Amino acid sequence: MLQYDIVIIGGGPAGLAAAVAAYDAGSTNILILERDVQLGGILNQCIHNGFGLHTFKEELTGPEYAARFADQVKERGIEYRLSTMVMDISKDRVVTAMNRTEGMFQIQAGAVILAMGCRERARGALNIPGYRPAGIYSAGTAQRLVNCEGFMPGRRVVILGSGDIGLIMARRMTLEGAKVLVVAELMPYSGGLKRNIVQCLDDFGIPLKLSHTVVDIEGKERVTGITLAEVDSHNKPIPGTEEHYDCDTLLLSCGLIPENELSRGMGVELNPVTNGPAVNESLETSIPGVFAAGNVLHVHDLVDYVSEEAAAAGRAAAAYVAAGGKSDADVRRVPLVCSDGPRYTVPCTIAPDQMPEKLTVRFRVGSVMKDRYVSVYFGSDRVIHRKRPVMAPGEMEQVILTRKMFEDHPDLAEIRVCTEEA
Amino acid sequence: MYDIVIIGAGVSGCAIARELSRYQAKVLVVERAEDVCCGTSKANSAIVHAGYDAAHGSLMARLNVEGSRRMEALSKELDFEYKRNGSLVVCLDKEDLPGLQKLYENGVANGVEGLEIVDAERLHELEPNVTDTAVAALWAPTGGIVCPFGLTIALAENAYTNGVEFRFNTEVTGLTPAEDHWEVQTENGVIDTKYVVNAAGVYADVFHNMVSAKKIHITPRRGDYCLLDRSVGGFVTHTVFQQPGKYGKGVLVSPTVHGNIIVGPTAIDIEDREGNNTTAAGLGELTEKAQKSVKNLPMRQVITSFAGLRAHEDGHEFIIGEVEDAPRFIDCAGIESPGLSSAPAIGVMVAEMLRDKMGLAENPNFVGTRKGILRPSELSLEERNELIHKEPAYGNIICRCEMVTEGEILDAIHRPLGAKSLDGVKRRTRAGMGRCQAGFCSPRTLEILAREWGVPQSEITKSGGHSKLIVGESKDSL
Amino acid sequence: MEVRNLICIGCPLGCPIEVSMEEGKVTAVKGNTCPRGDAYARKEVTNPTRIVTSTVRVSGSQDGAVTVPCKTAQDIPKDRIFDVARALKGVAVAAPVSIGDVVVSNVAGTGVDVIATKSVK
Repeated sequence: MLQYDIVIIGGGPAGLAAAVAAYDAGSTNILILERDVQLGGILNQCIHNGFGLHTFKEELTGPEYAARFADQVKERGIEYRLSTMVMDISKDRVVTAMNRTEGMFQIQAGAVILAMGCRERARGALNIPGYRPAGIYSAGTAQRLVNCEGFMPGRRVVILGSGDIGLIMARRMTLEGAKVLVVAELMPYSGGLKRNIVQCLDDFGIPLKLSHTVVDIEGKERVTGITLAEVDSHNKPIPGTEEHYDCDTLLLSCGLIPENELSRGMGVELNPVTNGPAVNESLETSIPGVFAAGNVLHVHDLVDYVSEEAAAAGRAAAAYVAAGGKSDADVRRVPLVCSDGPRYTVPCTIAPDQMPEKLTVRFRVGSVMKDRYVSVYFGSDRVIHRKRPVMAPGEMEQVILTRKMFEDHPDLAEIRVCTEEA
Repeated sequence: MYDIVIIGAGVSGCAIARELSRYQAKVLVVERAEDVCCGTSKANSAIVHAGYDAAHGSLMARLNVEGSRRMEALSKELDFEYKRNGSLVVCLDKEDLPGLQKLYENGVANGVEGLEIVDAERLHELEPNVTDTAVAALWAPTGGIVCPFGLTIALAENAYTNGVEFRFNTEVTGLTPAEDHWEVQTENGVIDTKYVVNAAGVYADVFHNMVSAKKIHITPRRGDYCLLDRSVGGFVTHTVFQQPGKYGKGVLVSPTVHGNIIVGPTAIDIEDREGNNTTAAGLGELTEKAQKSVKNLPMRQVITSFAGLRAHEDGHEFIIGEVEDAPRFIDCAGIESPGLSSAPAIGVMVAEMLRDKMGLAENPNFVGTRKGILRPSELSLEERNELIHKEPAYGNIICRCEMVTEGEILDAIHRPLGAKSLDGVKRRTRAGMGRCQAGFCSPRTLEILAREWGVPQSEITKSGGHSKLIVGESKDSL
Repeated sequence: MEVRNLICIGCPLGCPIEVSMEEGKVTAVKGNTCPRGDAYARKEVTNPTRIVTSTVRVSGSQDGAVTVPCKTAQDIPKDRIFDVARALKGVAVAAPVSIGDVVVSNVAGTGVDVIATKSVK
């Protein structure tokens, strides 16, 4: 059996950043396993710009951002295997993987970093009624067909869901010669970044219909049309508001789901809100020595934050390996809870004795909130109180906790992250 | 001149073809779609009914019980997925208990083995997620589940290797009697045949009525279904029916042979024989009804929904036999539920009928077994390595949700009556049938299909006809 | 005085910006949280520009790539976006390609080059 100190499952932005950070923290015996034919993950098909402002202080396209990290991995001589699928991970960190040349092989890992990313919510999960013809694609599938294969998946397009991939694809399809008729969004707010509404829809005069959904798909062989309807406050279509669109394509951009089949298989405890592992301050899952970062942990809005988070996971994994693979089960852990806005936090618990000097806690809110404060309470003490003019579910929020805050509260039982009236 | 032309490559047509291939006869199956199993056979409950439901004395009852009895042996001969998981008809109201008893008696009369009425306590032992208020159930240990694609494709492949011909993309447009044979008009020319078997599903009445003055009438009865992710596959282990009663007909909740949970069907009579669209009302009804028999059904785990059409004949009975005023024209019509369960028996019945009428001799070269697509996931690590060493394509995962390798997809394409479309690959290998519903794998499967058939990717369809997936090249209209 | 409300696209924050103008000249910019926002707003109301990203065909790739992604090296006038897209139609480059290689120079007469954003072997 092969042996590596750290095995990283996935060579996308999270896996690459984790590898680089772990290496730089002194853990050099690393293997990245990537199922695709190249490093970089989904960034390779995200050819639009807008990546890297935080990380590199310049605006890069997806492939450029991926290349920067892939280069760092290669410069360090970190090992990786491409076209390699991880089939199974055992509780004691035996990774079973497979590829064409080596067949099935097993690796004993000192630590594992889960970085498998996420998948798109499919039509079936949305329960959209109608026929099941050709011409219904998730936005990401269309993105791959257009950007990587040079194909047109359709000519007249309706997009359901205003997630960033959907918005980006509205522009991409338009620039490739398709007519994008409308973007419909079930919620009363967009799931994507505001800038993408401006530069992907407004620039091209593509209407965004909030509180609308697809109530029928027509076409027995290929899509011939769809019907949109407005929805009420319970997301139920309002009779009489139906509008028909002649189109040959429906793209879906209705949310992303962390891909945790391997995690589930090995018994990692998942957070039902994020569908990702429940992790502590070290981004360590319920199984010691197994860490998680990036979209497998919770869906991010910006890849820069994925890289930042994954680097933290890489450092934590390196520290775990350096400590001889022992984690302190009896260490005091403080749980984080949320109320009045935030739906979850990553991490879920913090061990004050093991946290870095500064710890980023990331969360998302459940609805659009204006002119509110983000507050953090250590018991009854408010330690953070920061005004946020606008918060939206499509955008990730963060607060930074310091060691000092914990030192000031030695008997802390609970940390509460919430929003408050201005 | 063919001896026999079978119209329709659904489960009935393919079962008849397979059983006919035991004899020396020139047999052709004509199918409108691009593949077998494209109509009623592809979208149903995937259940092998035990046989207590159909009225005692009916052909339906006899063929159901016989089909159910034959299914296990057939699944071994032809290597398709079948499991005898047992079924429960749950009684939700004390007032309905006499009805449950009647169902039991009907089943016993039909010859269903092992039937038992179980009380609430035993019921909840058998199936903990049945609603607490359920009062009793009819337990049928011989009830089973089957992969309807697997069954139909296996029958077709076996028929083909034993000499039966298949013509796809060939719609029958007319039937003309000649002196001693039939002229079957199709989009692609006329086919002469001594006998015709009408196994045309929801179109069976159309063909029957072309040749007979004694009309029959089939109503397409649409049923919506939901399929739940395998992560909740253990929600029930038996097929849980609701006893028809004061709550109406109810829907079933059942595991599938692939480890998903299926919920359905609704029942709406429609006009359109192609009307297999789901509706918001139908999908809503499923959720509501399913929750009567099981508790906390995880409907958030739905990965897809679909609708199927049942070929409901007005008399609610299988119509199988030579049409009185149309000699050498054999009906196999009104094959609605329990049609899938009955298919093995229908095949034998029709084949023997034709054998006797035509005096067919046995086919000495008949091989009754067939190997399905190799499933690497069922192999040990060592066996799998050996396989990948020989065929590296088995080391390349294409569908990550169902863990389907390129090797399996190549097998699906190159085996007898191989897959030509994305759905063809899906039905044979399960690639694209998982939780992401082909989001990740469809571009790759498309590429493999185009490469193996030697056509551009723009020619590959989802399911034949005009269901093309790619309409051009980027910027081609700029 | 004319007031225009914009959403800044300079970064993912998407600040709502209010630009005051008089006789076509910007008199005040409010709502931005960084200098980039100020610059964006002034440009957007006078001479809006965008980066265009797209793909061109690549031949002879060892990795089997059929397209190589590309972008305008600088922003181009917003009303020239489609001209740039059309100018890339039919463009094919031969592998190998490196990040930053010029794919089309002076695209559609904008004075801006289109460069590769991915290395293709």
